[in-house]
Amino acid sequence: MELVYIILYAVITLAVLLGAVTYAILFERKVIGYMQLRPGPNRHGPWGMLQTVADVMKLLMKEDIIPKNADKKVFILAPIIAFVPSFAIFASISWSDNIYGADLNIGLLYFIGISSITTLGVLMGGWSSNNKYSLLGAIRGVAQVISYEIPLVLSVLGVVILVGSLNFRDIVYYQESIGMWLIIPQFLAFVVYMISAIAELNRSPFDLPEAESELVSGYHTEYSGFRFAFFMLAEYVYAYAIAALATTLFLGGWLGPAFLPGIVWFFLKMSVIVFFWFWLRATLPRARVDNLMRFGWKVLIPLALLNIVITSIIKVWMG
Amino acid sequence: MSIKTEEMVLNMGPQHPSTHGVFRLKLHVSGETITKAEPVMGYLHRGSEKLAEGFIYTQFIPYTDRLDYLNAMTNNYVYCAGVEKLLGWEIPERAEYLRVITMELNRIASHLVWWGTYLLDIGALSPFLYAFKDREIVLDRLNEISGARMTFNYMRVGGVKWDAPAGWIEKVQETVKQISESIEMFNTLVTGNEIFQSRTIGVGKLTKEQVIDWGLSGPIARASGVNIDLRKTEPYSIYDRFDFDVPVAEEGDAYARYKVRIAEIRESIKIVEQACSQIPAEGEIIHKKGARIMMIKPPAGEAYTRAEASKGEIGVYVVSNGKTKPYRVKLRRPSFVNVAILQDLLVGASIQDVVAIFGSLDVVLGEVDA
Repeated sequence: MELVYIILYAVITLAVLLGAVTYAILFERKVIGYMQLRPGPNRHGPWGMLQTVADVMKLLMKEDIIPKNADKKVFILAPIIAFVPSFAIFASISWSDNIYGADLNIGLLYFIGISSITTLGVLMGGWSSNNKYSLLGAIRGVAQVISYEIPLVLSVLGVVILVGSLNFRDIVYYQESIGMWLIIPQFLAFVVYMISAIAELNRSPFDLPEAESELVSGYHTEYSGFRFAFFMLAEYVYAYAIAALATTLFLGGWLGPAFLPGIVWFFLKMSVIVFFWFWLRATLPRARVDNLMRFGWKVLIPLALLNIVITSIIKVWMG
Repeated sequence: MSIKTEEMVLNMGPQHPSTHGVFRLKLHVSGETITKAEPVMGYLHRGSEKLAEGFIYTQFIPYTDRLDYLNAMTNNYVYCAGVEKLLGWEIPERAEYLRVITMELNRIASHLVWWGTYLLDIGALSPFLYAFKDREIVLDRLNEISGARMTFNYMRVGGVKWDAPAGWIEKVQETVKQISESIEMFNTLVTGNEIFQSRTIGVGKLTKEQVIDWGLSGPIARASGVNIDLRKTEPYSIYDRFDFDVPVAEEGDAYARYKVRIAEIRESIKIVEQACSQIPAEGEIIHKKGARIMMIKPPAGEAYTRAEASKGEIGVYVVSNGKTKPYRVKLRRPSFVNVAILQDLLVGASIQDVVAIFGSLDVVLGEVDA
């Protein structure tokens, strides 16, 4: 019986996520469209609602191309390795007081550990394509994710110290008990988290691994059809996962005035964070590789460490 | 233990999102650092100079549109001026004003395209659409007077083809007012952006000596402290009647070139405003003979004319042997000269800088490969 529930939860989550991603893509294109003085997609269905469906159909029907000199096995495996972890981390997210998958005691650790596997998919994709642009994109991607994973993890440590638990539900209950969101006592951590998250997600202004004006399309240059769709999907799902983590850790998860159910509050907060990323993409130029590394190691990591020290002192002082 | 490393040859182009057409760069890279760069051109070669020898003088004007298709008015002008020099014709007053107004409007449009695409190269998506929206209103004005958006074919030997439609001058004044407001907005949105500055300050530095040795011209030269603008130093047409400044910067990097071009748009607006208020209300728009005769026969001889295009100094050398077709036409295309510096400029830069440097040169491939 337990197994049936698990499978059911997984299927429902996947369906909901795919639906959410479909409209997240539309949302992004609309938001950026309006910011760029144009209407965005508006041909397929009312308000362009079927645009993403049409795009996915196109990708599905495309010829499946594997470059002649590519490392075939790795090439096929890469999109799967990139996508599976991005979906698997949703198991630990608690959508509301009573809607959640696995109530893990090491939720945060699981989340961060599993999400790192995606990098492997990026590297495999870039390496196996046997394309110089892909390789450069993959090198950039891996270097960037490794450098920004550290401040990201260090920034959430502050929350862990305060709460004393890695369980997502405990973290939200803690915020309920102290009567404020952790963004207030952990503001520094929130800033570091948001900046590193953008780099982790390869989103503008840190979209160096797939900088189209330099590397054509980065590590997925040689990918087409549904394999490409998987990379895209992984990216969007991962964006939502990171936003969900931010919501849980800093914005009080499902907490909110009672006139809306918790899960709606959760999605609203998540959407605000995602909107913030779209906004950045429409506004900022791309950062430089060397500046990016310097910024990660010399600014963000010290800041995150400082936050840990301050949090620890407060924790000890408050008893 | 040492790891064996190897230089990689990266072919950038001919089909690449940031080469603005069909241009190829053979880059030798070690990691992301460039050790050697070879620009390969000629993918868009159409033999324009040879074609000119097979046409009567007036037939070649539309071909000049296709050199630097973003700045076709100046190309039109410099060729017509060359033939006029051979003929020794005087150009009617109103035609001169119309020429200057259209050329300067075209320069504004050209710089706006550069501004948008350069930021697109650097990774900012939105400025491109803002720039093109404003460029479109300038093109509308040029469309109204010439009947084409980009390949105008507007100038004729002896003057211009069409007179300004009723109310056009007022519309132009309105347009430049709008553009100057937009430029202010662009400035506040982009110029001060820290990421943008870190991508451009100190990138692609050109010294004054390099500029002179390589014969570079236009905003590139002026951004390296070489104060040369043919409109000022060797006023052609009626540029000596207008009050404008030549923006010069000393740094010689991509950011300086950016600043110079933005300032140039402002100066062009000034010229257009003055020309609009000075232009005679009525008058001939083409030399009497130019309007009547199609088969022009300039006396045997040669003439060289040059003008300040948006990319740099454009020159036309026309040789006539007294027949209806030119004996030889030589085109000095600024982009062709400017692009050659890449092989020196790119060494030591990263792949990311290649785009920032190449974009900052503002090269149009139609002009590189005539």
